[in-house]
Amino acid sequence: MADYSVFDIIGPRMTGPSSSHTAGACRIANTARRIAGEDIIAAEFTLYGSFAKTGFGHGTDKALVAGILGFSPDDPSIADAYEAAQKAGLKVELCLSEAPVEHPNTARISVTSSKGEVTEILGQSVGGGNIRIVEINGLDLEITGEYPTLILQYRDMPGIVAVVTHVLAQNKINIAFMRVFRHGKGLDAYMSIETDQPVSIAIRELIVGLSDGIIKVFAI
Amino acid sequence: MYEFHDGAALLELCTSEGIPISKAMLLREEALSETSSEALLREMRENLTTMKQAVERGLSDSVRSLSGLSGGDANRLYEYSKAAPLLGSEACAAAAASMAVVEVNAAMGCIVASPTAGACGILPGVLLTLAPKRGWSDEALVQALFCAGAIGLLIARHASISGADAGCQAETGSAASMAAAAVAELSSGTPQMCLHAAAIALKNVLGLVCDPVCGLVESPCIKRNALGAVNALLAADLALSGVKSLIPFDEVVEAMRSVGVLMRPELRETALGGLAATPTAKRLTNTLFAKRENPYIKG
Repeated sequence: MADYSVFDIIGPRMTGPSSSHTAGACRIANTARRIAGEDIIAAEFTLYGSFAKTGFGHGTDKALVAGILGFSPDDPSIADAYEAAQKAGLKVELCLSEAPVEHPNTARISVTSSKGEVTEILGQSVGGGNIRIVEINGLDLEITGEYPTLILQYRDMPGIVAVVTHVLAQNKINIAFMRVFRHGKGLDAYMSIETDQPVSIAIRELIVGLSDGIIKVFAI
Repeated sequence: MYEFHDGAALLELCTSEGIPISKAMLLREEALSETSSEALLREMRENLTTMKQAVERGLSDSVRSLSGLSGGDANRLYEYSKAAPLLGSEACAAAAASMAVVEVNAAMGCIVASPTAGACGILPGVLLTLAPKRGWSDEALVQALFCAGAIGLLIARHASISGADAGCQAETGSAASMAAAAVAELSSGTPQMCLHAAAIALKNVLGLVCDPVCGLVESPCIKRNALGAVNALLAADLALSGVKSLIPFDEVVEAMRSVGVLMRPELRETALGGLAATPTAKRLTNTLFAKRENPYIKG
């Protein structure tokens, strides 16, 4: 963290009881929803470490379900997430795992879209409601959501980075951090770009249209 | 540039500019976030509104926590505070209001982490209980939250506000320290007095461990928020009467950090030591986590 804002100290406004086990869990699921697209019909959650051990007392399960439904961490209806899921036709499954994990507050979320597309992410709640996404569809990466973040799914090939950064430069969007990850040469790859200014939907749509290699663009 | 590295620099800034701590913090935030003070004050007022709603709900309802371990005690103490409590009715009501917010938190209600969810009762409990009797307007309370924010910022920067890092001293200790400075400023205390108040409140609970029963933000957290409220009021009264902290604020914060480093992991939110390791806590843990009646669990 660069330096604390007053609202890091007096805030965030959140639905209790725990910034890491409730608010953070909700944010991990919010992020999964953005990555997978919003037409989700089923979600499977695997809780690890302290999430598995004390999660039910902290409403971690409800916060995860609420996050997939798009509730924000300060939404008081997180408590009624299961009822809301039923109403929305979202199928929910929970697994508790004793497998060792790198961070004690970890959740794996596998979501299925109405088209049958499955997206799987691994998220960590690292304290104070802050999170880290460390895996998307089996690919190791790191996204914090502290800055506006643009994520691209594309086919590994020359020129994609240049195309994307050119558009950002033209729109006066400054890149704070940028990383590329790939399954292998010429295969599926991801790019995460953390920016100082948010990237509008119009710019995201522009980027998708620039190359056949770009599969999907989403923002966190 | 309105930046202050530590308490000494904050005091120097306040003295040279002739401004209270709250104003120094507001000016710093304006520069840091490139946001107008009007927008910042508006955002802080949202926090105050959420705090008010949490106090009201916690005092009126007999809220029950998700686990069933807690709830209803804030209401009990609040009713009792109307008679002739030993603490005096104002301090007793502030303690009740602090508990109310943490009970709402445990029942999955909405709160403001200040500085954390586990210590979310102290600041609203103290400020909102004293405000009507002492004629503090909402504008004054919003400013006082910036003063509290400055103290919390310095503690977070030089020590920690997380129980997992440094125990309960870093959570309810920090919150009491922040609330002490805020009420001292609201009571026309000087910036120097505010820092003494903040230092005294933190000193009073140095070494306090984080040992949540069953790993939940309920026991002993709710009652430690009640203690934090009374600690804040006592520290502010001491400072306002002219009593000084022998050890300056910055050194108290450093001492809290070093005590946190010496604290074993069992005493830092892991629920492996202290009250969490008592036979009663272990029995509760077994019964609580045995009844996993969630129909959504696979297998």
